[in-house]
Amino acid sequence: MAVLVLAEHDNRALKESTGKTVAAAREVGAPVHVLVAGANARGAAEAAAKIAGVEKVLYADDPQYAHLRAESVAALVVPLMANYDALLAPASTTGKNILPRVAALLDVMQISDVMKVVAPDTFVRPTYAGNAIQTVKSLDKKRVLTVRTTAFKAPEMTGSAPIETLAPAADPASSAFVGEDLAKSDRPELTAAKIIISGGRGMQSGENFKMLERVADKLNAAVGASRAAVDAGFVPNDYQVGQTGKVVAPELYIAVGISGAIQHLAGMKDSKVIVAINKDEEAPIFQIADYGLVADLFKAVPELEAELDKVGKMK
Amino acid sequence: MKILVPVKRVVDYNVKVRIKADGSGVDLTNVKMSMNPFDEIAVEEAIRLKEKGAATEIVAVSIGPAQAQETIRTALAMGADRGILVQCDPPPEPLAVAKLLKRIAEAEKPELIILGKQAIDDDCNQTGQMLAALLDWPQGTFAFKLEQQDGAILVTREIDGGLQTLKLKLPAIITTDLRLNEPRYASLPNIMKAKKKPIDMKTPADYGVDVSSHLEVLKVEEPAKRQGGRKVASVAELVDKLKNEAGVI
Repeated sequence: MAVLVLAEHDNRALKESTGKTVAAAREVGAPVHVLVAGANARGAAEAAAKIAGVEKVLYADDPQYAHLRAESVAALVVPLMANYDALLAPASTTGKNILPRVAALLDVMQISDVMKVVAPDTFVRPTYAGNAIQTVKSLDKKRVLTVRTTAFKAPEMTGSAPIETLAPAADPASSAFVGEDLAKSDRPELTAAKIIISGGRGMQSGENFKMLERVADKLNAAVGASRAAVDAGFVPNDYQVGQTGKVVAPELYIAVGISGAIQHLAGMKDSKVIVAINKDEEAPIFQIADYGLVADLFKAVPELEAELDKVGKMK
Repeated sequence: MKILVPVKRVVDYNVKVRIKADGSGVDLTNVKMSMNPFDEIAVEEAIRLKEKGAATEIVAVSIGPAQAQETIRTALAMGADRGILVQCDPPPEPLAVAKLLKRIAEAEKPELIILGKQAIDDDCNQTGQMLAALLDWPQGTFAFKLEQQDGAILVTREIDGGLQTLKLKLPAIITTDLRLNEPRYASLPNIMKAKKKPIDMKTPADYGVDVSSHLEVLKVEEPAKRQGGRKVASVAELVDKLKNEAGVI
């Protein structure tokens, strides 16, 4: 069963989520090929060729692929699928945007957010904000899957697959890229960070998130937020961890002033170690926290910053 | 400009769902049902376009059991003009929903279809993109802001790491993200008025669409429980535990 993985990249570099998606693809079938559609994205294609288990990289280089518009990428992928039995992409905003478009054109019912591959046609995925875990079997001839990348381990970068250049497809031109406004930060990305410190409604203002940023900088952590903090306008939506935001599974997740709504827990409960700091000892977040501290965050967070200085340089 | 807004009846977002003892699914008996929150945002956006004079008519469509009429009534009470209910119980998979919506779009000829980005029951996040594919229309998913521009629509999208703006030729598909707007509550007079607004009753057969499942649900289980609940007394103890016991810092 030949499997195609749609790579996620920013034209210069490949995202780690691509490797993790290859890991899922290897459980679905073989050979695994990776499609890098981009503009001057040879660097990303070369990185994809190094992922262990990838047998071939298909590289389509054209300005229309610079921002991976769904209309354009779907037009490229659909005819390719004549040669493959399955298509996988990370369940990122890019994968979620493109894959259902491809699935519909193939008359396939997509399986979203695959957490586990049980068999080449059977998968485990979350529903109801992660409160009901479904095992589903696909009855379609082909599979289209988005992958919850936190559930898979990235393979080694020890491969050396050949790179085959593909001719671009005709650009549907019904959509055009106008601009983007990407958050610039020296901190790691939320979905790739080993440590995350998140704030909730208890932070009271966007200004107060600076306290979390200072702790984050000591731990090389990313800063996240609950939906309540986003809804209150404290921080942008791309900070949001939860069912409607990003799903993360870092080594350490520090929840500050977050009560622990179901929708937030759905996005972080697979973290290895969870810390909760909240002044309300009844907050549901404490039930899932490995270490709970009942305290006023405006006292505890500065103390945490000072304490981290004391214990010295973090890894 | 006519706008089509599909709305789904789902378990209310405040309800903690229970898994049926036989693992066949989620127990929906006597559970509060509401309009999918992202669909409320879609209805609100359509109404705002109408209030600005950019839209002339809003048609709310639901595909589901007979009770989905209530969901359409909610949309009508918010400000939609009329409804279409395609009766189908249980509600079909996103691919079949997209096929039904395609037929409805061909009959109604809207210039814009605004959908919620995902339903909070199956969490699929597929229907809008699938509908765009089947109609061969452009798609602006996870919308944060919409702006009309002659013959086109500018959609600013929530993407990982920030915002992206695309220009879509009309007709187009939009799916809503959380921050697009804050949906209004229907006023009592509008709820009363909505009772008089028409709802067309249809079946999948009226549209010649096969709604059979492409997926078979083998089982549904509760997520693995997390052992938590330990408390520490101070920040110093917390840092000590994280360093020496958990080894994560």
